[in-house]
Amino acid sequence: MTGNIPLEYFLILSTIMFFTGIFGFLTRRNLITMLMSIELILNSVNINFVAFNHFLYPNNLQGHFFTLIIIAVAAAEAAVAIAIIINIYRNFKSIEVDKVNQMKY
Amino acid sequence: MNAYSYTLLIPLIPLFVFLLIGLTGHKYKPSISGLIGTAGLLVVTVLSYMTAISYFWTDHIAGTAYTSLKVFEIDWLHLTEFLTINLGILLDPISVMMLVVISTVSFMVHIYSLGYMKGEKGFARFYAFLSLFSFSMLGLVLATNIFQMYIFWELVGVSSYLLIGFYYTKPSAVSASKKAFIVTRFADLGFLIGILMLSFMTNTFDFQTLVSSDSPALSHMGGATFLGLSTLTWALTLVFIGGAGKSAMFPLHIWLPDAMEGPTPVSALIHAATMVVAGVYLVARLFPLYSMVAPDALVIVAWVGGISSLFAAIIACTQYDIKRVLAYSTMSQIGYMMLALGVSGYGGHDGLGFMASNWHLFTHAMFKALLFLGAGAIIHSVHSNDMREMGNLRKYLPITHLTFLIGCLTIAGIPPLSGFFSKDEILAAALHANPALFAIEYLVAGITAFYMFRLYFNVFWGKSTHYHHTPHESPLVMTIPLMVLAFGAVFSGFLPFNELVTSDGLPFEAHINYSVAIPSVLIAAFGILVAYMMYRKESLVPEKIATSLGAFYRGAYHKFYMDELYLFVTHKIIFRYISQPVAWFDRNIVDGTMNLIGYSIEKASYMIKGFQSGRVQQYGYVFVTGAVALVIIFVFIW
Repeated sequence: MTGNIPLEYFLILSTIMFFTGIFGFLTRRNLITMLMSIELILNSVNINFVAFNHFLYPNNLQGHFFTLIIIAVAAAEAAVAIAIIINIYRNFKSIEVDKVNQMKY
Repeated sequence: MNAYSYTLLIPLIPLFVFLLIGLTGHKYKPSISGLIGTAGLLVVTVLSYMTAISYFWTDHIAGTAYTSLKVFEIDWLHLTEFLTINLGILLDPISVMMLVVISTVSFMVHIYSLGYMKGEKGFARFYAFLSLFSFSMLGLVLATNIFQMYIFWELVGVSSYLLIGFYYTKPSAVSASKKAFIVTRFADLGFLIGILMLSFMTNTFDFQTLVSSDSPALSHMGGATFLGLSTLTWALTLVFIGGAGKSAMFPLHIWLPDAMEGPTPVSALIHAATMVVAGVYLVARLFPLYSMVAPDALVIVAWVGGISSLFAAIIACTQYDIKRVLAYSTMSQIGYMMLALGVSGYGGHDGLGFMASNWHLFTHAMFKALLFLGAGAIIHSVHSNDMREMGNLRKYLPITHLTFLIGCLTIAGIPPLSGFFSKDEILAAALHANPALFAIEYLVAGITAFYMFRLYFNVFWGKSTHYHHTPHESPLVMTIPLMVLAFGAVFSGFLPFNELVTSDGLPFEAHINYSVAIPSVLIAAFGILVAYMMYRKESLVPEKIATSLGAFYRGAYHKFYMDELYLFVTHKIIFRYISQPVAWFDRNIVDGTMNLIGYSIEKASYMIKGFQSGRVQQYGYVFVTGAVALVIIFVFIW
């Protein structure tokens, strides 16, 4: 199915996704958007895992399993993060990350 | 266990009594504490006399030497295979003699204090401390090794400190107790260093090994020297410095006159009869060693003793506080004992000085305790220490008067009282060995007679003084000890010391040396006569003499400015040029380094604390930058 698409394409895609995520994480002020950026980063890594698994060790499945674990962890992380965001909203009446800077010296 | 195992009780009973009274004394009437203490000492006295009788007579085979018996010993601290510290009991002529001295005087003082301290605040505490002192002193003389002696040495120092400062609400008593403790402690530093040097060279603390004829010290007689004296001589000199501090020898004597701030029975027991002769006992204990390996140290001992006795005798002539006169007289008499040890040889008739020293120690304990307790009776009835406020007391205090007169005659060396015999032997030994020291001691004998009778005439004769209330004779509980001690002072001269306490344990022929005895009695009589003429009746003669002596009299009156000299040396020199720079170094360099480290860390953390801004995206930015930097480093540059 994917036999015709070379490895470089997957890597370019995942790199674009990764840096989009980094850029979103560092520039977006909205906590939900930052969370989405983190998901982008995680998924770019997933693509790498799967792609490398397919091209380098076609007979093994470790890359796939790692991907599954990352998806599961990401789901759990999203749940925790959203719970935190809800609490932040209750305390600060905002989910702008600029407002949440009490944890300092 | 052996025939003498009961001697273990001698130090342990006072210890038990100390704990009993000290811990429970507040629960019952003070007089009960006094009775417990006195009863304890009675048992100790009986045991000591039993020990003395069986050691000197019943267990001794006539004609043989007295040997030293180690009747009890335990490994107290087993540090290594080669270093153990033992506790035990050693019986030999001098320790048995000291047992008799200590228990007799201590028992008399216990009885006397029942009357003297009656109604004082802290009566039970007083008896607890007396028992502590008795325990320490008995442990000191029974010590089997030099380290045990050092332990008990410090314990007597502590009990002395506690008893001098007994009236702890009086600032002068507090400072006197501190002074006594610090000065003797300073001297004990020498003692400790001496012990360490000695045991380093000989690998033993044990007295029996140290003084035996094949002592391990003998193999170290040569070897390294320092300032012309061998290492062993230095070690023994340092040991002697400890003894000189405890025995109030010049120039470490300054604490003794001030120690008279303590209650008078304490002065009689500790600062006249027992503790202050610990230095003499120490030198006597190690005497064979001194004699064999360090005769130079003995020369130092002799001269220190001679100078102290002259120095103290001169000061004693000018003092008005009766207890201070007696304190200086104590120092002077201990000087005699030290001198006698210093001029003595070892074995046979050469050991005359050793025997004379111990004999004088014995008789001095009797008559000086008598004099102090007599002074206590006077103070008790007149409520003053100053002899200028006294006079004509012979009418009011007949028993005290008589016993005090006996004490004065004894210390002056009038035959056939005991002081005559022991002093005669000391003078004979000094003449034999060192004519210069003999001349000093001969002079001191005259001065002693003078100042003692100056005291006697001033107090019991002289002007008739008006007292606020008529002085009255002390109760029997105080006069009986006076009589007992007077008995001892009169008759202890007839004890055959030349057979009992000799340097090598063998008896030797001693006889009254008429060429020494007659002049010494004459000079004593001359001293008494001068005192009689000057002080029998109130007159202006003493004042005229004092004025004509001018600066010398003033110097003696101010104790030759020894206290001022000490203050000058400590305050103006040691504090200013050593302690203050050291304190400055500590405050500025040592503390300053630590403060600088703390200050720079504080400043540095102020500078970097902005990194913890609380802004999540800044953290992320730094993190990503760092990660990218690492990637660049590891991938492209490495």
